[in-house]
Amino acid sequence: MARSVTTRHKVTATIAAWIVALVIFFPILYTLITSIKTEPEAIAGFSLIPSGTFENYVTVQTQRDYLKPFMNSVVLSVGSTILALIIAIPAAWAMAFSPTKRTKDILMWMLSTKMMPAVAVLVPIYLMFRDFGLLDSRIGLTVMLTLINLPIVVWMLYTYFREIPGEILEAARMDGAGLWQEIVYVLTPMAVPGIASTLLLNVILAWNESFWTIRLTTTNAAPLTAFIASFSSPQGLFWAKLSAASTMAIAPILILGWFSQKQLVRGLTFGAVK
Amino acid sequence: MGSITLNKVSKTFGEAKVIPSIDLEIHDGEFVVFVGPSGCGKSTLLRLIAGLEDVTGGSIMIDGKDVTENAPAERGLAMVFQSYALYPHMSVRNNIAFPLKMAKLDKAAIDRKVEDAARVLNLTDYLERRPSQLSGGQRQRVAIGRAIVREPSAFLFDEPLSNLDAALRGTMRLEISQLHHQLKTTMVYVTHDQVEAMTMADKIVVLNRGNIEQVGSPLELYRNPRNLFVAGFIGSPRMNLIEGAFAQSKGASTAGVRPEHIGLSKDSGEWTGKVTVAEHLGADTFLHVDVEGIGSITARCDGEFGVHHGDRIYLTPNEDRIHRFDDKGMAIRA
Repeated sequence: MARSVTTRHKVTATIAAWIVALVIFFPILYTLITSIKTEPEAIAGFSLIPSGTFENYVTVQTQRDYLKPFMNSVVLSVGSTILALIIAIPAAWAMAFSPTKRTKDILMWMLSTKMMPAVAVLVPIYLMFRDFGLLDSRIGLTVMLTLINLPIVVWMLYTYFREIPGEILEAARMDGAGLWQEIVYVLTPMAVPGIASTLLLNVILAWNESFWTIRLTTTNAAPLTAFIASFSSPQGLFWAKLSAASTMAIAPILILGWFSQKQLVRGLTFGAVK
Repeated sequence: MGSITLNKVSKTFGEAKVIPSIDLEIHDGEFVVFVGPSGCGKSTLLRLIAGLEDVTGGSIMIDGKDVTENAPAERGLAMVFQSYALYPHMSVRNNIAFPLKMAKLDKAAIDRKVEDAARVLNLTDYLERRPSQLSGGQRQRVAIGRAIVREPSAFLFDEPLSNLDAALRGTMRLEISQLHHQLKTTMVYVTHDQVEAMTMADKIVVLNRGNIEQVGSPLELYRNPRNLFVAGFIGSPRMNLIEGAFAQSKGASTAGVRPEHIGLSKDSGEWTGKVTVAEHLGADTFLHVDVEGIGSITARCDGEFGVHHGDRIYLTPNEDRIHRFDDKGMAIRA
């Protein structure tokens, strides 16, 4: 009796999970389907059966070179993440291992900057970028993405470092390790999983960032987000081509995410689930 | 060599005065146990000696040298932590070798010392394992191994056995005592468990609210507790503390009788009472008795004593072993 109940529960839960997953995944799936439709098919209305043409991909690639925005995306997301880690690791370390009375306040303040609507500072930042000649430059955008994601990077690393028992560091100190040896031989190896998941998540966040990347770039530093956006304008709407461009833009990060699922989930739930 | 001298050492955390002022002398080769209830400052005192906390006032000397301002590593001490604090990403071999690597010994010397330590601690078969693959007792042995390879002038133990189960705790207690006899190195050991303190120490330091209540050998503390706190803390089960007419008849404000110093009889005795709980442990029996005119008394007798809840019983305190305390809680010496 008990067994049949649990089996039924399991089946129900599995079906529910699949439905939820499908609902969440559906926009991506529909993008994929639309990308292999012809343009008339794409605007004809809802349909899950494409004609299976790949001409959109060919058109997208010939109209605009995919490689350049792709490289920009890679440089921006990886660059901004590494820069953020270089700043955040010492910051999180200090906050985790020698906290002061104000540490919690500083953390909250950093996170609160993420609650501000980005558009509120669009004008001053745009003007600053213009005056410093940073518009449409990789350097400018890398700095921008670093600053945007820094609070999250610090928070993630902070919670991760907090999980490292202080006694182990004290043991290292007793064992004769100096600060540098403590960091190299004890702390860093123990923190590698945390640093890795932080890195992965932030590469994804930076890759997907579209508000600033679209507004602060035109051609030279434009990443894939701008590449997609460019298909929704001047000559009118081309749903199929837009979908093809979108698919090409999200494919790399989707593949990266797929292979690093475990790390990501662990990083995101760290501290919450033991 | 490993003598440690604390000179008016004090420690304040913000507003809280954890240790007001402590003077203490630990001689070379001694096994000293700091014991006291949780929050009494015993771990803080150990961490001050280790150098993991800075003193607020006073000085610490090791072998006659002032080390108050020295970093932990420069004090020549080794510490074993409650959580073992092993490096989880290193094998047992590398854990034990770590302090030697930090001291920049050559590889051959490191290997030799690690293997010697492993042999002493029965860890030879586990050298290539990670700490997560070891049992609690084995992890504790690795932590001790990491401490002994350094040949420190003194070992500091911070409640090292409190994460182990009762049986293992007994075994490890014995092993640490044996290690002390073997190495003859000074050991400073922090515990809240007075059984550990009584069985292992040459000298017990009883701490309460950051102050030393009494320093002495286990039997000194047992026989002549200086005040009510020590009287209540040392000895298991606890000493019976009796106030009122009985205490006054002995010329004291509080009279103390240890459970093992009360004679039991089913026929006659000084006190009459009713058994509320009888704990039959086989080797001995603990009786909790509600004594008329006195209150609740715990008595202990060797072997089995056939009484149960509700039985009437007679008790006679051993006149020579009654402790007397004045109204300030200090012992009255005859």
